Amino acid sequence: MTYNNKVLRVNLSTKQISTEELNQKYVQDYIGGRGLGTRMLLDEIDPKINPLSEENKLLFVTGPATGVKISTGTRYMVITKSPLNNFVTSSNSGGIWGSMLKYAGYDIAIVEGKSETPVYIEITETEVKLHDATNLWGKVSTEVEELLKEKHENASVLNIGPGGENLSNMAAIMNDGDRAAGRSGVGAVMGSKNLKAIVCSTTQKTMAVKDEKFKEYAIETAKKIKANPISGEGLPTYGTAVLVNILNSIAGLPTKNWNLSEFDRAEDISGEELAEKHLKKRSFCHNCTIGCGRVVEVDGKIVGGPEYETIWGFGASSDVSNLEFINKANYLCNEMGLDTISTSSTIAAAMELYDKGIITDEMCNGTPLKFGNNEAITQWVENIGRGNCELAKILAKGSYEACEHFGVPEYSMTAKKLEMPAYDARAIQGIGLNYATSNRGGCHVRGYTIASEVLAPPEAIVDRTTVEGKAELVKVYQDLTAAIDSLGMCLFTSFALGADDYAGILSFLFERNVTAEEVLTIGERIYSLERYFNQLTGMEENGDTLPKRVLTEKITHKASEGMVSRLPEMLPEYYEVRGWEKGFPTKETLTRLGII
Amino acid sequence: MDYILKVKLFAYLRDGRGKEVEVTFKEGMTILDLINELNIPENRARLLIVNGHHKQFDYIIKHDDEISIFPPVGGG
Repeated sequence: MTYNNKVLRVNLSTKQISTEELNQKYVQDYIGGRGLGTRMLLDEIDPKINPLSEENKLLFVTGPATGVKISTGTRYMVITKSPLNNFVTSSNSGGIWGSMLKYAGYDIAIVEGKSETPVYIEITETEVKLHDATNLWGKVSTEVEELLKEKHENASVLNIGPGGENLSNMAAIMNDGDRAAGRSGVGAVMGSKNLKAIVCSTTQKTMAVKDEKFKEYAIETAKKIKANPISGEGLPTYGTAVLVNILNSIAGLPTKNWNLSEFDRAEDISGEELAEKHLKKRSFCHNCTIGCGRVVEVDGKIVGGPEYETIWGFGASSDVSNLEFINKANYLCNEMGLDTISTSSTIAAAMELYDKGIITDEMCNGTPLKFGNNEAITQWVENIGRGNCELAKILAKGSYEACEHFGVPEYSMTAKKLEMPAYDARAIQGIGLNYATSNRGGCHVRGYTIASEVLAPPEAIVDRTTVEGKAELVKVYQDLTAAIDSLGMCLFTSFALGADDYAGILSFLFERNVTAEEVLTIGERIYSLERYFNQLTGMEENGDTLPKRVLTEKITHKASEGMVSRLPEMLPEYYEVRGWEKGFPTKETLTRLGII
Repeated sequence: MDYILKVKLFAYLRDGRGKEVEVTFKEGMTILDLINELNIPENRARLLIVNGHHKQFDYIIKHDDEISIFPPVGGG
C-alpha cells in the first residue's frame, strides 16, 4: 500500500492534534482523494450545516498515487461543504504539497473547528504545531509562501489570499506558487476557520511500491503519455491555451458573457500568440512528465501563466484581447487567492449589467466595468479580492448572488451557482449535459466530453451537435474522472491512458488485481455518493439545469447557427443510465453501489 | 473559373507555412488531397474543420468551404 495509514486531525477550536488510522474499507471502495474524502466527510459533518460555520470541516486528501514515482503522481483534493451552493465539493491541485503531506507521514489532514485568531499549521515528520499567523493575515499568496519558506526549511506551503480571508465564494486554496484548488469557494471555508496556511516541511522522498515490476510499469506509462500527441507534444508546447482557436472555429467560444459564441479577436488571445510572444518557459508539477504549466512575465516578475479557461474568461467573455492584461489578471487572481474561472466570469457578468445600466459608474470605484476595458479585468480582481468597495463585496459572492442582488439572476452563466467555463453548452451538447449534472456545479473537468466531441481524431469524433448517446458518454467521462481524481494523478493523463491503464496502476498500488470495470464502478459509486450527499444537504428535486440563455437564445454564428442546449431531451436518459430519479439515486442504485 | 481555397492552419502546422495558405481548388478534391498538397502528414492533421464542423479525410471539398486544420492538441 502506498498509504501511510495515518490521518491527521487538527481541531482549531480546542487546539487538539491527534492521529487515527485510515478506514481500509473506504479506501478499497473509494480509492482516495475525491472519493475517499467525500465518503469521510459524510461521516464527519451533518450535511445541513452552514458551510462557513465552525461545524464544517476541511479534508485534505491524497490518493494512493500521490507521492509515488508515476507520471503526475502528486495531486491532492480538498473536500468540504461549499459556501457557494451548499453542496459537497472537492477541488484538486498539483504542485508538490500533496506529496509532501504524504512524505511527512500523513495521507489525510482533517481540519475542524475555528481558531479565534489567525493561525497556520506546521506539519513535519516528527511533530504538528499551530503557529500564530496574525502577521500573515492580509498578505497575498506568494508573500505568505516566501515568509513561511524563510522560517521553515524544505517547506511546501498551502495558503489562502485575501479572497479567502474575506470569505469570497470564489476563493481558492493556493499551493506552491501558482497551483490552486480553485473552484467552489474552498478558500472561504479555510478563511472562516482563521487558518491562513498549512506548511509541510519534510525531505522529499518516494512512496515505495512493493512490487519491483512497478518501476518498469511506471516508465512504460510515462512513455505512453509521451507518445500521445496531445499529452506528449500539444500540451507541452502550447499548454491548454491552444484551445482558443479551436473552440472559436466551431462557434463554441462563449463571448461577452455568453451573448455571442465567437470572438472576433480570438487570434490575439490564442495559445499560439501566448507561446510566440509571452511564454518564458513551461513548468511541471512534482513527478509530472507533461509540463503543461506556462510561465510568463508580469510587471518584470516571472510568474505562472494563464490556462485556457482563464484566457477565455478575462479575454473573450470580457471582450478583452490584450494578453498582457489577461496575464496580469491571472497573476492577481493567484495573489488574491481567487478562482480564475469564477472571478473572470463574474466580472464578465458585471460588464453585462454595466452595459444594461444596472451597474452604474458611481458604483465602479473609478474603473468602469465596461466590456473591453483592459484595466477593469485587473483592477476588479484586486477590488474583489480585497473587498475594497460595496460593489466588490457583492461581486465577491460570485456571479449568481451578484446578479440575484441586482434582480437579474438570468445573467449569471452558472449551473448550481458555479460559473460554467469556456465551452459553449449550446454548440457542444454533451458538455452542456455534463455542466448541468455536475455535482459541484458548472464545471468542465467533471466530465470532459470535449475530448470526444471536439478534440478527437476524425475516426473517433463524436458529433457535437446531436444529443443521441450523450447520456452514456457523459456518464462514462464523469465516472472515469471521479476515479482518476481519487487516484492522485492528473486528469491530463487521460488523453493517453484509459480505464485499463488506471486499473493496472491501481493493481500495483493496492497489491491486488483491479480491473477496468472495477475502476469505472468505483467512479460511478463516487458520482452517486456525491449526489446522495447533495440530496442530504437539501438539494431540490430536478435541480440539474442550465441558464435560460443557454436553453433558449440561439447561436447566431454560422458554425453553430440556431443551436441551443437540448438538455431537456438528454436528462431523462441520463437519469436512466445512472439509476436516478428526479435527480437523485434511487434506493436500489445506492444499494447496488454499496453506498448505503 | 479557378477558385482559391484559403486554408487556416494552427499551432505547429504554421511552422514554415504561415497562418493561412492558399490552394487552387480542384473539383473532387478531398481533405486528404489538400493536406498532401500542403505536405502535412496525415497523423499531424487531427481536427479537420469545415465551416465549423468536423469532417473526415475523404470529405469532398466545395469551392466556398472555410477550412481549418489543427494538429493533435488539447487541454482542459
